[in-house]
Amino acid sequence: MKANASQWAQLLVVYGALMGLLALTAGASFLPGGWWSTPVALAIATAKAFLIFYFFMRLRGQSGLVRIFAVAGFFWLAILLVLTSADYLTRLWAV
Amino acid sequence: MTSAEPASAPSPYSDAAQRDVANHLGMWTLIATEILFFGGLFLAYCVYRGAYPAAFSAGSHRLDFWSGTVNTAVLLTSSLFMALGDAMIRVGRRRGLQVCVTLTAGLGVLFLAIKFSEYREMYAEHLVPGIRYGAAGPPQMQLFLFLYFVMTALHAVHMLVGIGLLGWLLTLNRRGRLSRDRRAPVSMVGLYWHFVDCVWVFLYPLLYLIPR
Repeated sequence: MKANASQWAQLLVVYGALMGLLALTAGASFLPGGWWSTPVALAIATAKAFLIFYFFMRLRGQSGLVRIFAVAGFFWLAILLVLTSADYLTRLWAV
Repeated sequence: MTSAEPASAPSPYSDAAQRDVANHLGMWTLIATEILFFGGLFLAYCVYRGAYPAAFSAGSHRLDFWSGTVNTAVLLTSSLFMALGDAMIRVGRRRGLQVCVTLTAGLGVLFLAIKFSEYREMYAEHLVPGIRYGAAGPPQMQLFLFLYFVMTALHAVHMLVGIGLLGWLLTLNRRGRLSRDRRAPVSMVGLYWHFVDCVWVFLYPLLYLIPR
C-alpha cells in the first residue's frame, strides 16, 4: 500500500511538471518572438511528450523490446520529415 | 499467476508477464502507425510553413489562444486521471478506477465542447476555407487554416474513439470484469488516451503559438 501511495505521489509530481511546462510555453508566447520561439516551444512539447511516455505510459518499467517499439514510430517520422526537408530546403526556388 | 480465464481456452502465452509484453508490443505498434498517420499532416505543415511563414503567423493569430491553452490543460489533467485509474486497478481498487475513468471521459467531453465552440466562432468569423471564408490577409492563410481544421478534426475523431473506449471500460468495470489480475484493457486504453494527448501537446504550439 505504501509503495502505491508513492506511485500516486509520483504521478502528481509529473502532472505538476506538465502544467509547469504548459505555463512556461504559454507565457513565452507573450514575449517578443524571434528565431528561437518555435524551437523552444517544440523543445518544451518534446519534454512534455517524454514525461507522458515515460511515466503515464509506463515506459519506465518496460523491457527494452517494448521501448524499441515505442521509439520506432518516431524514428520513421524522423525519416519522413528529414528526407522531405532535405529536398525542399535545397530547392529554394519552388514549393 | 491468478487468471480468471477458463482452463479450456488454450493460451499462446507461457505466463501472464509474457502476455503483458505482447499486449504492449501490439499497442505500441498501433501507436507507431498512428504517429505516421498524423505524421503526413505534420509534414505538410512543415513544408507550407517553411514556404509561407508570414501567412502561417497571421493565421495563427486568428486562433483563440486561450481556448487552445485551456484545452491543453484539460487534456493533461485527463491523462493524469487515466494514469491514476491505472494505478488504482493495479491494487484492485475498482471503485477508484470507476471514478478516475469517469473524470477522464468527462474532461475529454469538455475538451470537445471547447473545440466545438472554437469551430463555431471561426465559422461566424468567416475563417473556414472552402466553406465560409472571407478573411483579410495573405491568401495562403487558408493553407494554415485548412491544416488547422484537418489536424484538429482528426485529433477530435481520435478523442471520440477514446471516449467510447473509456465508456467500454466503465461498463466492463461495472460488470466486475476488471481486477488486479485482469487489467489489460485499462492499460491498453490508457496508452491510446495518453498518445492522443501527446498529439495535442505538439498541435498546441504549432497551431496556436506561432510568433509574429
